[in-house]
Amino acid sequence: MPRVYFDCLASSRLSVFALEFLPVQPQPEKYNFDFKKETAEIVAESRDELNLKLGEFAGPLDLLLYLIRQEQADIFDIPIARITDEYLNYIRLMKSLDIAVAADFLVMAAQLIEIKSKMLLPRDPLAEEDEEIEDPRQELIDRLLEYEKFKSAAQMLYEKSTVEQAVFARGKIESDDANAEISASVFDLLSVFQKVAARHKEEVKLEIQREEISLAEMIRNLKKRIFEDAELSLLAFFEEMHSHRELVTAFIAVLEIVRTEDVKLIQKKTFGDILLKRVEPAHS
Amino acid sequence: MAEQPARSPAELVAVVEAIIFVGDEPVTVKLLADVLDEDRQSIEAAIEQLSAEYESREGGLQLREVAGGWQIATRTEFHEEIRDFLKTRPSAKLSLASLETLAVIAYKQPVTVPEILEIRGVQSASAIKTLLEKRLIVTKGHKETVGRPMLYGTSKEFLLQFGLKDLTELPSIEDFEDLVQ
Repeated sequence: MPRVYFDCLASSRLSVFALEFLPVQPQPEKYNFDFKKETAEIVAESRDELNLKLGEFAGPLDLLLYLIRQEQADIFDIPIARITDEYLNYIRLMKSLDIAVAADFLVMAAQLIEIKSKMLLPRDPLAEEDEEIEDPRQELIDRLLEYEKFKSAAQMLYEKSTVEQAVFARGKIESDDANAEISASVFDLLSVFQKVAARHKEEVKLEIQREEISLAEMIRNLKKRIFEDAELSLLAFFEEMHSHRELVTAFIAVLEIVRTEDVKLIQKKTFGDILLKRVEPAHS
Repeated sequence: MAEQPARSPAELVAVVEAIIFVGDEPVTVKLLADVLDEDRQSIEAAIEQLSAEYESREGGLQLREVAGGWQIATRTEFHEEIRDFLKTRPSAKLSLASLETLAVIAYKQPVTVPEILEIRGVQSASAIKTLLEKRLIVTKGHKETVGRPMLYGTSKEFLLQFGLKDLTELPSIEDFEDLVQ
């Protein structure tokens, strides 16, 4: 798939040359952004993090520098139309490979397009002949140069840390405090275990609460209970409910059942428990 | 100490070596001077003498200055044998993004997140998190500007892990300009 992609990439570049009004660098004979070759390199040196990897550029500036180098272009005279196209193609490739394109890459794409469009505008005919025209690319060039310095500094740090990993200082003198593995007591272990167990319990409880019951089901249940036991404590029935929602459903079910069935609500004393009681159908 | 212990220069060299040997972290000249009740010059002379001895001996150890102190460590030549003995592998390397972020922080410190973004052109939040977790960078208070953003700088651990005496040992950032062009 990538092969095909780059073929169309190369052809799309031809159309760009017409727009290019800057002196064009001598065109490399072959398109040298070879997807397969790049991948092979990664496999060979996968432990070397500083090797540039497809889809793993450290940022938009990193990608831009890479493209400029691929084109063997001069950083002070970036062929902006060509680089912009390749940059956009690269982003399209990232998308087609399902690599999430970070917003920062898109910001850079917008900036490149802006610079490209500025460069396409003809010179203001009313401008003074000797007036200094600011190169729309200047800000980008400054940023790239600044970034490249820090990129080299990162390379230097990488080399330093590699050398440093070859140096071993004496290990720490053995003591309970210095040894993280035995500085925790059995009681520490127990308390951690208890915390984990408690958290586990909470989680399980939450799962049970998720059961929802419909009004029709609630009425059916309630009817079954009353007809089996002849009477049912309303308080006990309500306390069986797990959630606020269920409680409301149960309440409506009680009202409904009293209205439609031969069931009566009986309260033996003031503020006492209310019983749901089945009564003989009134034959009338 | 009430009395000035009368040590011969050779004895001082020996005791300095002994203390550097037991130190968990690089031992500073000041700490040696305080503990041994000697002046800085004597300690520095002793370290220089000791350092020369290690050099001429060409043994498995080196005396080196790192993170503002002195440390006895193995020579780099033997890292493979030592790894075989310790049965360890080199620890995971930092990612390209983390290294870049670290480079910006090392050279621009104290520096804020937006300033890092300006140079790198990409959000560095996860890289900063990694560097904080590895204790390579520390927070250095807030910048007194809009939003009071957090300032970051490198830590002592950074000097240790990159084998630097101090920050001035880093090559100047302008030197990299010549490499670029």
